[in-house]
Amino acid sequence: MTRIVIDPLSRVEGHGKVTLHLDENLKIIEARLHIVEFRGFEKFIQGRPYWEVPVLVQRLCGICPVSHHLASAKAMDQIMGVKMLTPAAEKLRRLLHYGQVLQSHALHFFHLASPDLLFGFDSDMTRRNIMGLLKDYPELAIRGIRLRKYGQEVIHAIMGKRIHGTAAIAGGMNKALSAAERDFLLKDIDEIIGWADGAANLAKEIYLSNPEYASSSLYSPFLSLAGKNGEHELYDGHLRCRDGEGDFVFDGVDDSHYAEYIREEVKSWSYMKFPYLLMLGKEQGWYRVGPLARINNCDFLGTELAEEKRREFISGGKPVHAPLAYHWARMIELLHCAEKIRGMLHDPDITGNDLRVDTEQGREGVGVIEAPRGTLIHHYRVNEEGLVEMANLIVSTTHNNRAMNEAVCEAAKRHVEGKTEITEGMLNGIEVAIRAFDPCLSCATHAVGKMPLLVEIVDCEGNVACSLKS
Amino acid sequence: MKNLLLDGKMLTYEEGQTIMDCALSNGIAIPGLCHLPGLSPSGNCRLCTVKTGGRYVSACTEPAIDGMEVECETMELSQVRMQLLRMLFVEGNHYCPSCEKSGSCRLQEAAYHEGMLDLHFRPFYPKREMDASHPEILLDRDRCIFCALCVRASREIDGKNVFDISGRGIETHLIVNSASGKLLDTDISVEDRAVHVCPVGAILVKGKGFEIPIGRRLYD
Repeated sequence: MTRIVIDPLSRVEGHGKVTLHLDENLKIIEARLHIVEFRGFEKFIQGRPYWEVPVLVQRLCGICPVSHHLASAKAMDQIMGVKMLTPAAEKLRRLLHYGQVLQSHALHFFHLASPDLLFGFDSDMTRRNIMGLLKDYPELAIRGIRLRKYGQEVIHAIMGKRIHGTAAIAGGMNKALSAAERDFLLKDIDEIIGWADGAANLAKEIYLSNPEYASSSLYSPFLSLAGKNGEHELYDGHLRCRDGEGDFVFDGVDDSHYAEYIREEVKSWSYMKFPYLLMLGKEQGWYRVGPLARINNCDFLGTELAEEKRREFISGGKPVHAPLAYHWARMIELLHCAEKIRGMLHDPDITGNDLRVDTEQGREGVGVIEAPRGTLIHHYRVNEEGLVEMANLIVSTTHNNRAMNEAVCEAAKRHVEGKTEITEGMLNGIEVAIRAFDPCLSCATHAVGKMPLLVEIVDCEGNVACSLKS
Repeated sequence: MKNLLLDGKMLTYEEGQTIMDCALSNGIAIPGLCHLPGLSPSGNCRLCTVKTGGRYVSACTEPAIDGMEVECETMELSQVRMQLLRMLFVEGNHYCPSCEKSGSCRLQEAAYHEGMLDLHFRPFYPKREMDASHPEILLDRDRCIFCALCVRASREIDGKNVFDISGRGIETHLIVNSASGKLLDTDISVEDRAVHVCPVGAILVKGKGFEIPIGRRLYD
């Protein structure tokens, strides 16, 4: 038996490695994505005051801190007994969230994924990165960078900083958006929508012009939030799950009841847990979240251009399953966020000053939000003194754990199985499959550490035959 | 009117004033964490260490003397302040990124002012007890720097005796004067001056964290 190790995995957020076990005939026996960082946020926020949590837990991530900030703030709203925010506060939170999803999706597509898609999985690795993109596709790369910058400007206007600012507090927001800040953001939004539209078209062309991208045996249910009319929803809605055929496994589930539908399994070889749908069991209950799940699950997108593109995406009438379709779905969402931002900036409520609802402290709250990478669950219980005594975080990438392992196995069979010589390009084919999910391994393990990933090949005796760090 | 020279600048002062009082009444801020006008000086934090007549003295306790020459903003004293600040940081548990006092914290501001970029010393990570027993006030001892401002404010302004500093050396800790040792069993009130003089985030009003947005905090 041979063991191949890819370590570290590159162009993903977080630390991880892949091990492939092959028999003497070079057939894949087992393929695993290991998450090798440990953080422990769920533990060390115990004993901290509840109002500190939204600012503390956003340090889980430098890419999507706003997701953790808002999910925990939603939980703190419940702990404070807040049933409804003021219109200005809720709209500000939504605007903040759209800005964040926009910047995160732009970062992933342009900085991390597009070099594989534009240069080829096995192209020269020295140019397969954002610098290579800037050299060969300068206009596209600059647009990608500016799209991300725009999302960061939205965050900056509301949170005071592009990364790790402050905004949401239990029961509301701490600052209004000024007319000057709104006008600053309005200035570029039409151009941003145009570029986002172009990005959605590019992702579609890449996917449709490479038939092998759609050839995947991955088949799973999809989980996401949905709005009360079945619309695509990122900030607040009910839980919806469709099976591989598109039929409901469940729908309209109050998100605070998530624990009645989702369980987490722990495996000794990864710090990332394995969630599954309770009603389908550990083996059959794995599912996917994120842009692909949201676009497959929703009945419609609430903006004109993005809805048109969603209809093209699901023109087959059934959910799309190929992992590489994540990129296309992600760019449809990028466009949707840009359109939503424009709509919200024209809403008079967005500059409102009534930002806080006063309440009394309760004991428990569940905040669920659609982060860029998928459904994000923050669940807290506090004691009578206002200190956190229990925290359970189920992070987007964690939901996709089993799906990413399945994708690694499929990619390994396609790119590595039967090959006597292993090249960096072949192993990158495996990384491409993981990258499609846009995993954030730091978030998923709630861990502190450095970032990259590793691939390993192990023989029958357990010896490492080949390993690759990127 | 009497005079002294602070960093070469002639300042006037009144009899009975300290070097710190003299600087403040002339609109000059000498760095310090444990001094607050209206409370008796204590010389706890040593951050206001200045040099006069070849001696190091704390400006908040040293009486001004007519004709004395005082050095404060020198490279040597800046290094002293830097080391003192580093020691204050490593002796407690100061996590600025999630601290609600961030941006309004005198310790953080002093570190920024001196250009402190690292801790230099190994952190002690002391285990300190949080007291959240009071319905309106939180005592987070992780952040206490033993400036004793709360001790003095409680006694001298509030007319109570809620806090004290106990232990010696590394065992020094802030205690609460009640049979249970908990704030809940004291006569402290959220309006007390002692609740609002903490230079760091050790004594806080519950549920108010992060209400002031970035850009409007004390030191933004």
